[in-house]
Formats: sequence, structure tokens, C-alpha cells
Amino acid sequence: MTDQKLQGPIVECECAGCCGSSAPEDQPEPVKKKYVAEVGWVVNKLEIPIGSVPVVSTELNWRDRAGAVLVRFGLRRMSYALRPGLYAVGRPNSSSYVFVSANYKLSFDHLRTHLSGLDAWILVLDTAGINVWCAAGKGSFGTEELIQRIRETRLFQLVPRGTLILPQLAAPGVAAHEVSKRTGFKVVYGPVRAADIKSFLARGLMATEEMRQVRFNFLDRLVLIPVDLTLWLKYLLLGIVILLALRGLGLNLLHWPALYPYLGAIIIGSVLVPAFLPWIPGRPFAWKGWLLGLLWALWINVEQGFITASSFAWAKAMTNFLLLPAISAFLALNFTGSSTYTSLSGVVREMKVAIPAILMAAGLGFGLLIAQLAGAF
Amino acid sequence: MKPHRYLKNVTTLAYYPEKCTGCGRCVEVCPHRLFYLQDGKAAVRDRDLCMECGACRRNCPWEAIAVRPGVGCAWAIMLSELKGNKAVVCG
Repeated sequence: MTDQKLQGPIVECECAGCCGSSAPEDQPEPVKKKYVAEVGWVVNKLEIPIGSVPVVSTELNWRDRAGAVLVRFGLRRMSYALRPGLYAVGRPNSSSYVFVSANYKLSFDHLRTHLSGLDAWILVLDTAGINVWCAAGKGSFGTEELIQRIRETRLFQLVPRGTLILPQLAAPGVAAHEVSKRTGFKVVYGPVRAADIKSFLARGLMATEEMRQVRFNFLDRLVLIPVDLTLWLKYLLLGIVILLALRGLGLNLLHWPALYPYLGAIIIGSVLVPAFLPWIPGRPFAWKGWLLGLLWALWINVEQGFITASSFAWAKAMTNFLLLPAISAFLALNFTGSSTYTSLSGVVREMKVAIPAILMAAGLGFGLLIAQLAGAF
Repeated sequence: MKPHRYLKNVTTLAYYPEKCTGCGRCVEVCPHRLFYLQDGKAAVRDRDLCMECGACRRNCPWEAIAVRPGVGCAWAIMLSELKGNKAVVCG
């Protein structure tokens, strides 16, 4: 009876494109989206009454690995999406578990490699190619999308008394009790990390405390560094182009001793602070960056002879003291977006102090730099 | 494992025990393990661990938890300030 009631909306659905296999094959989607080609990772097709379901491999090939490396460096990251819908692993049946994932291929690849040897369904939501946690935060990995995707794929017919296993990090976007109430499916949150799925299943869908806790250890932080670094180095490249243009106008600033202090400040803010985050004293991210940046400026001033036992080239030294820590602080502050433990309220509070301070230091430092170039000192 | 710690006394998390039925969903979803069950009700271990992801609020069927959810991302906050948006979203 319940099933009958739940299937109602499918029959009533008036939109031609959203009713799974009943829609004509050549029906164009309202918005044409580009998805990663189903080559290599789709190994078979499962022909079942509700339609044809791609069976995916639980191993990564070179193409999957190359794709992962590219997106980690911020290349093609926003176009690494797979077609939303239903997929299969092994030979699932009407009593198999349904794992729910985002349509960011990195997330999906991660999930399927940890389902080896299992027979399961994977329901991929349309999260616009964004990973589970971020999409849940935005709401695109959300209650409504999940319910709609369940209806579109006719999951009721496939696994009538099924259990949906959601990644725990989908919880900011999905109200599990509401999905249960409106679809009849049992909804459980799996572990944070896909690597714990088999252990979670072996415990009868119970997760340990450790499995439920988000980590942010050294390696977790290291893999996040390249995306930010690539972004900031692009700005540095832009800066160098501007300097090249200035050289054309007769102002030559393009030499290593003038550049490497700034390159160092960038590396500090976007590599060293993320890598050594918990060991740098103080809690605000900008403070951590400013502190290391100050040490760097001190080293530069001594190394370049602006501060010696007998002399103090105050203009040059102050320029470094103002500019270099400000750059490191700003970049470190931006790592809050990659971290797994900063709150909106916390970052806002930190920024109320950090942003005016950084702007003032950068403004003064830049003014001093221009004055020196103009020959005032 | 020693958890990472951010700023103290800043989270907007509020918990109303009188509405709690002890279903345990908040305990299940919190990625920083703030909640635990005690005497048939949820209890809060350490508010300063909260990152305001909003998972507990969203999954509480009894509206016993309130929090202003958002992303703790400086870049997103700057962009939304510059554009004059109220909502802070990443990317």
C-alpha cells in the first residue's frame, strides 16, 4: 500500500524529460550540460525493467588518476562532472544498498574504489560537479534534489524497501527524517570517509566515533595546497607581466633579489601555514601567516643587508616588515576556506581585525616602496 | 586525536534540551563530535568545536537545535561583502 502511494508522483509527473526510461531517448535536456565521457570507468550495462543502468568499475585507470591530479591543481576542476542518475557496482538486486553520491567525479571515483566486491547501487545527485560537503553546504546536495532523483530513477520499483546510505558530510544539506517521511526509504548516514564503508557495513551499519569525525591531518592539508597555490601563482605571473611592462618604460624591477622576498611570502601563506597549521602558535589563520611572514621579513632584511650591526636602512627594512607579513597573512586567511573546522562566525570575527590591519600595512608598505622607486629616499 | 581548535566563544549554536527526544541524529551527523547522548537526551560536549555546518539543525526533527549555518571561508565572505550579497557561499 505504501509503495503504491509513493509511486503516485511518478505517474503524475508531467515533465517529459524527468521520468527515467519512459522518456524518449532523443529528448534533449532543457539545459545541455557537459559530462565526463563514460569511457573506461563504465564497464557494462545492466538491462533491468526500469531501464539500462551503467555498471562501474571499482578500480581506477590511468585516465581517472590523471583527472584527479589535474583537478587537485585547479585545472578543469569545474568541469569534472558525471551524469547524475543511477549506477551499479557488481550485480545488485532489489535488496542491495543504495549509496548516494555527488556528481563530482573525484567524489564518485573515491566512493566506487571502496565498493570493490560489493553488489550495490549508486545514486548520483546533480550537485553541479561540486563535492559532497560543499554541495551540502550550498544545498544542492539537498533534501529536494535527493527526493527528486529518487523519483526520476524510479528507485521505488528497484529497491522497494531499500536503505539509502548517505555520506555523513551530506548532512548539512539533507534532512534524513524528511526524506524518510516523503519517500519511505530508510536513510542512514555512512562514515565520513569512503574508506570506512566496508567496516561500517560489517558492523551492521554502525559507525565508530572515529569514522564519524572529520580529520584535517598533515596529508589532508597537503593535498589541498596545490589548488590555492596555483591560483596565487597565477596572480604572481600577472605581477611579473606588469613588471615586464614597467621595464619597457625604463623601470627595471625584474631581478631576483627584489622578487624572491615576495615569492617567499606567497609560499609561506599558501604552503607553510597550511602544512604546519596546528604547530604555529595562535588560532586566527591570518595571525599564523603574519607571524611567519614577520620572521621571513626579518631574515630578508638581515640577509639583504638592510639591518646590520652598524646600520639600519629603515625605508627598505620597513617596506619588507609591512608588505611581506601582510601578503602571508592574507593568503593564510584564505586557507580558512579549505580547512575543515573554521566557522562562519569565527572567520567573520577574525576578518574584522585582520582585513583592516592587512590593508593598512599593505598600503603603507606599498607607499613606501613607490616613494623609494621615485627616489625620495 | 587532538582536535583542531578555532576561535573561542564565537559559534551561533544553540541547543534547547526541553525539545529533545533523544533520537540521536545530531550525535550521528556532527563531524566534530559535539553531541553525545546522556539520560535519553542529547548533550553538548564543547561548543567551541562547532564549525556551524548546520548538519545537526537540518537533521533535528524536533527543532531542538538552532545555528546560523555558513561556510567559514574568508574568500567567500569577501566576495559576498563586495557584491553586497547577504548569503555567503563558496565557489
